[in-house]
Amino acid sequence: MIRFLLEKEFKQIFRNKFIPKMLIMMPLMIMFVLPWAANQEVKDIRLGVVNYDNREISNRLIDKITSSDYFILVDDYLSAREANDAVERGDIDMILEIPNNFEKEMIRSHNVKVMIATNSVNGTKGVLGTSYLSSIINDYSNDITINHGIIAGKSNINLSVKYLFNVLMDYKVFMIPALIVMLLTMLSGFLPALNIVSEKEVGTIEQINVSPINRLTFVLSKLIPYWVIGIVIMSVCLIVAALVYNLLPAGNVFTIYLFSILYILVVSGLGIVLSNYSDTMQQAMFVMFFFVMILMLMSGLYTPISGMPDWARYITIVNPLKYYIEVMRSVYLKGSTFFDLIPQFYALVVFALFFNCWAVISYKKRN
Amino acid sequence: MNDEDIVIHTDKLRKQFGNFVAVEDISFDVKKGEIFGFLGANGAGKTTAMRMLCGLSYPTSGIATVAGFDVSKHQEEVKKNIGYMSQKFSLYDDLKVWENIRLFGGIYGMKSAKIKTKTDEILNELGLENERNKFVGELPLGWKQKLSFSISIFHEPKVVFLDEPTGGVDPVTRRHFWELIYKAVSRGITIFVTTHYMDEAEYCNRVSIMVDGKIKALDSPSNLKQEFGASSMEQVFFRLAREAERKGD
Amino acid sequence: MKIFISFVRKEFHHIIRDKRTMLILLGMPIVQILLFGFAITTEVNNVNVVVLDHSKDDITRKIKERIAASDYFNIIGEVDNQENINSVLLKGDANLVIAFSNDFASNLKKGGDASIQLIADGTEPNQASMEVNYISGILNSVVSEGSNNIDKITIIPQVKMLYNPQLKSAYNFVPGVMGMILMLICAMMTSIAIVREREIGTMEILLVSPLKPIIIIISKMIPYCVLSILNLISILLLSVYVLDVPIAGNIFLLFSVSLIFIILALSLGLLISTLVDTQMAAMLASGMGLMMPVIILSGLMFPIESMPKILQYISAIIPARWYIEAIKKIMIQGVEFQYVIKEIFILSIMTISLILVSLKKFKTKLN
Repeated sequence: MIRFLLEKEFKQIFRNKFIPKMLIMMPLMIMFVLPWAANQEVKDIRLGVVNYDNREISNRLIDKITSSDYFILVDDYLSAREANDAVERGDIDMILEIPNNFEKEMIRSHNVKVMIATNSVNGTKGVLGTSYLSSIINDYSNDITINHGIIAGKSNINLSVKYLFNVLMDYKVFMIPALIVMLLTMLSGFLPALNIVSEKEVGTIEQINVSPINRLTFVLSKLIPYWVIGIVIMSVCLIVAALVYNLLPAGNVFTIYLFSILYILVVSGLGIVLSNYSDTMQQAMFVMFFFVMILMLMSGLYTPISGMPDWARYITIVNPLKYYIEVMRSVYLKGSTFFDLIPQFYALVVFALFFNCWAVISYKKRN
Repeated sequence: MNDEDIVIHTDKLRKQFGNFVAVEDISFDVKKGEIFGFLGANGAGKTTAMRMLCGLSYPTSGIATVAGFDVSKHQEEVKKNIGYMSQKFSLYDDLKVWENIRLFGGIYGMKSAKIKTKTDEILNELGLENERNKFVGELPLGWKQKLSFSISIFHEPKVVFLDEPTGGVDPVTRRHFWELIYKAVSRGITIFVTTHYMDEAEYCNRVSIMVDGKIKALDSPSNLKQEFGASSMEQVFFRLAREAERKGD
Repeated sequence: MKIFISFVRKEFHHIIRDKRTMLILLGMPIVQILLFGFAITTEVNNVNVVVLDHSKDDITRKIKERIAASDYFNIIGEVDNQENINSVLLKGDANLVIAFSNDFASNLKKGGDASIQLIADGTEPNQASMEVNYISGILNSVVSEGSNNIDKITIIPQVKMLYNPQLKSAYNFVPGVMGMILMLICAMMTSIAIVREREIGTMEILLVSPLKPIIIIISKMIPYCVLSILNLISILLLSVYVLDVPIAGNIFLLFSVSLIFIILALSLGLLISTLVDTQMAAMLASGMGLMMPVIILSGLMFPIESMPKILQYISAIIPARWYIEAIKKIMIQGVEFQYVIKEIFILSIMTISLILVSLKKFKTKLN
């Protein structure tokens, strides 16, 4: 029986005016646009300089700063006021102000100040920009110390830093595995739900309801096509990640598939629950938009969960996206094995059972 | 009357939504091979009653059996033995004519090969051979309705429920439609039909008229006319419907 | 005029009757502001740190105490050998490991090899950089307290964080949420409402009434306009009184810019409604064509400056980008009118051309 229903669903999907376009556009956006757009990398910070001193040492400092990758020198300003105006207009992000007598004071007391002012509306950018600039200035002062034969010697800690898992500190590497999560959520969770609501709204679902088809068969016939599409498109994305971004999972690709299938069960259950409670497409769309928003924001996709206040972190415990994102990132970047991910596995199993039971209970063939 | 001849049986069938009694204790029997007209103004409760008989809605109290099965206990058995067609929807506009037939044949558990031969028969009967590969959405309304009636009896159900099947089509097409109904009856299928057209009520063997959730009259059209001293079913209907307290929606 | 008012009233009734959609429309901005304000933060907080310390002397103890005392870090334990470092990070128990060299304090006093190794989970590059940055700040302060080496030349940067001294993420997100909500309600809702009326067929009835078609359209838009102004006010109240994000600039300027943007979004909604025939299409077109770009490319979530040039050019044609930029300047930076002339100019040009195009399309659609 289900064979006939599946035939119908596949035909309807591919005949639809929008769904096939969406099935192509969405992965394209997610794999080719989003990784570049969703880039919180801080570089090319636009710097304005006010150099009241304007002598050799201060000029060399400015040269050193502009030769780094992080900063672009936009302009020299004559006064702090002028530079401030430039920040207000949005021409520059940071001001470095070198006071008069900078060089003299340095020779006299070995201890001088410079002023840094940063537009910190975007906090991350403010912090990182400031710290990059400070560390260049710090290096520079060490250079001078050594060049002038003043031995720092004592009390110097040798600090070395090593970054694991994302050695090149590439933001795209961080985002891509998580973006695949977003894709699966939309494809296998929300599209079938919208599909069911649309049959409800048009009324064709009544014709199915008076037939001997049982509810599981009907719901399965709605889900299976999107499961298949989800897995196929995900596989394409994995290949694109490998070919275009040179990003291969450090762990086992089967672990990824295992968790993906489990996750698909979770989101399609959630989708069915949503569809059971909505009568019109418009309603369903808004409810979904609302939930997607919350689920994504609270999943650690863009911003770290560790930074959230306690109450928010408790909420993330009931967010299935969080676990799957953790899995994808761990397998891709850290090479985690299934055994490392057992907590996430259990969590997803619980979600799958919960949503699917709820879906079956709330599905009404009659009232 | 022999029990086996009774296809639909209701006894004090009732549906209540909160304080509102949509269907109030209706009792009637429909015999095998009968065309049973189910009339009533908008909001009289006929759609609710029909939905209970089709297993789409739980009765609040009372008994209803369709094709020998209790609708509140064995609705899945009921569904195997009924066909259903409504004016509002029925077929998938984005599937072709033959694909719709195949889908519903499949849903009722028919084999592909049998569906194929029967599809040819139906299309032949309806004169739709050339439309086989057209999308249902492209067909004129009258053709669509004839097609969906044929599909609703495709699996040879014992009884078929027609919910205002001829709404919005011209008299000629309606005539053709009733010819199809008579053909189905001659094969032993029972017809349970709601309609707005009083001339159609004359085609029925027996007619029930619902007012405010209750059945106010039930008999053959000629007997009803006689009883109410009316010259047409239209007059009978208006006389009864005038007493209604509920407003249509 | 009387007829016009009764039309507007009818539209209000339509909207208010759908309780669920109403609830979401009014509730969404509130939930979003609260999430963005409290839960979504790029700040470094609660980072779990593990220490490798064989030295266990005064200085390492002092460093550990300082780290544990800071808001950023929790020391969750110690490891006793190098091999365990990787596994701690791999399991995700900690994000950062601090390894002191042997005999740390005595080496430091002798000027020998006192080294610290920071091993960070670089999965999220910005978080990792900021963590390392904070740790080295703590290290420097501990070491400089212990030494009185005045020979060394030091340039001390005095840092001033402009506009957002507490580095709250909310400052960055509030203007973005405003842009997104206005776009959602004005463009998406109006386009769906107009198309629905056409789909049901009631539009025909309205169009044969003595009112001009454009008046009918305007009467459809007014409720959404009112709704979005309500949302705007609730967002501003929430951000001032709950999130403590002050309105630094002129509130009239803020409202005028918002009004321009609302008109822009409404005409965009009208334009979409003339391009599609079904509600489903209107939803997908505004969902994929409007909301996606607004969320991704407008600077709401991701800094535009970090995007590749091509995406920066694309973002220039997205109205929400200019609106969000203007609001950031007015609301957070508190700049005067003359500094947002560019944004206002661009928004006005876009508004006028959208009105013209959509009216023209609307007229041809009528015929």
